[in-house]
Amino acid sequence: MTTLLNNRYAILAALAVVIAVLPFTFPSNYYLRVASLVWVSAFAAIGLNVLMGKAGQVSLGHAAFFGIGAYSAAIGPAHLGLPSWASLAIGACISGLLAYFVGRPILRLKGHYLAIATLGFGVLIALVITTESRWTGGPDGMPVAKLTVFGWRIGTAYAWYWLSAAFLLVGAWIALNLDDTPTGRAFLALHDSEVAARVVGIDVAALKLRAFVIAAVYASIAGSLLAMMNGFVNPDLAGFQHSVELVTMVVLGGLGSIVGSIVGAAVLVVLPQALTVFQEYENLMLGFIIIVSMVFMRDGIVPMISKLIARAR
Amino acid sequence: MLAVRNIGISFGALKAIDDVSFSANAGQILTVIGPNGAGKTTLFNVISGVYVASHGRVELDGEDVTSLAPDALAARGMSRTFQNLQIFQRMTVAQNVMVGRHLKERRNLFADLLRLPSVGRQNRETREVALQLLEEVGLADKADVLAGDLSYGGCKRLEIARALATGPRVLLLDEPAAGCNAVETEEIDRLICRVAEKGIAVVLVEHDMKLVMKISHRILVLDRGKFLAEGTPDQVRENPVVHQAYLGNRGAKEVQGA
Ligand SMILES: Nc1ncnc2c1ncn2[C@@H]1O[C@H](COP(=O)(O)OP(=O)(O)O)[C@@H](O)[C@H]1O
Ligand SMILES: [Mg+2]
Repeated sequence: MTTLLNNRYAILAALAVVIAVLPFTFPSNYYLRVASLVWVSAFAAIGLNVLMGKAGQVSLGHAAFFGIGAYSAAIGPAHLGLPSWASLAIGACISGLLAYFVGRPILRLKGHYLAIATLGFGVLIALVITTESRWTGGPDGMPVAKLTVFGWRIGTAYAWYWLSAAFLLVGAWIALNLDDTPTGRAFLALHDSEVAARVVGIDVAALKLRAFVIAAVYASIAGSLLAMMNGFVNPDLAGFQHSVELVTMVVLGGLGSIVGSIVGAAVLVVLPQALTVFQEYENLMLGFIIIVSMVFMRDGIVPMISKLIARAR
Repeated sequence: MLAVRNIGISFGALKAIDDVSFSANAGQILTVIGPNGAGKTTLFNVISGVYVASHGRVELDGEDVTSLAPDALAARGMSRTFQNLQIFQRMTVAQNVMVGRHLKERRNLFADLLRLPSVGRQNRETREVALQLLEEVGLADKADVLAGDLSYGGCKRLEIARALATGPRVLLLDEPAAGCNAVETEEIDRLICRVAEKGIAVVLVEHDMKLVMKISHRILVLDRGKFLAEGTPDQVRENPVVHQAYLGNRGAKEVQGA
């Protein structure tokens, strides 16, 4: 089982089975929408996990890239007459480039300073989105054109379920590929001992930048997908609270564990829906559950489970 | 090969290294000795680019490399180990050494992200090299153990293997035998000699006088950041200044006995 948890094809196959079987257990389309939301959030979390869990760098402003992707999907078709899928690609390029240029100075910082700098970046982007109301609709947000692929309009809950799941599978595959490649090993090395990584010849500044750009592109694509799926965007998508949610998904699921990011995203998306029965205490309960989980599962949910399985043998 | 000229670094008022010069030759072992706090580790940090020198020059084969970053120095053939272990805890022993091959590998982010067949092929080659190096340091049976689970002596040898993986021309070893028992020290001793015989310039920091006197071609003595003496083991053994300032009575006996 632990070896299965480490084999990327076993992970992908298991994920594909879960994706294929889940819809048969759903009593209504509402569940399909929640599951699609999980896949999209997990996609963003996986990217952030490459930065945080693999390369060991924090970003507290990552929703900014999610927001850029979301608003690209909105603005491209509405203002520039671009197809939705092209807007998604352009958004990803903008996010990647922005991450590259912002990351160069910011990633020299370490620990708390890096956290504050990325936080500031996130707040700035959210502010720009809110104030440029001519393009973005301001605080009220704006509608997003439906996605059409080869003349097919992707509109039903089923269509979005399969599309978001397909993206998740590809995203997970790419992130899993990194393990045990020169880049993946260098990320882990950087995380464990930056000075040792440097003396064996790793250009740590360039490496951190790569992780940051990868994470930004993932978040941007996820943002575009969510925008097209919901048919609407608002500045909260780029906001600080969303950044914190993304970080929580990664840490709760398990730093460095790709499966963990999916589990973390599922918890953060599904739990609030389940906790609506508590009405105004919803956020309180959510916070409480997260705190308790982190106290008892410091490594995150999935690493904790693999450890338990390893010990049971 | 490696030439250090009038190097110095200060931390505030403390001159941790003050005007030290020496050179290390291919195939030879130069050992730096001196009491705790003499500045041996700091000297390594300055040479390897971890700290920036306040003054002086470091040359590799005549090229000025004084203000280069550690990764640029690694590309020019300098590698080192750390007194306070700096292993990659969450990777296996073999993977630690494979990271040492970083500069020798073809690196393409997109090939890695898509895991093209070439990446897998190269991985097997790199692992092969890593396993040979582990064999050389006596860790072959631990290749797939998590590095964090190695014994202290194991970690020390792993650091040497990882440093060797970069294919260095100059190798700085900071107390490779510290905390090792007599048998392990003996093994490391032989390993260092084998490394030098390959034509690598070895700069060693070591406290075990017996080992130092046996394997060093030259010895550099530091005291409170300053140059005290340099010479062959015999010259240093006979040097009265060294006796007085550093070796003391107990140390002197140790040296005489060695
Ligand atoms: N980064 C630093 N900042 C301030 N002082 C330092 C730093 N690194 C080393 N020192 C000081 O430099 C002196 C030499 O230390 P070190 O090089 O570790 O000695 P050795 O390796 O010979 O035992 C010590 O007094 C130590 O406190
Ligand atoms: Mg020292």
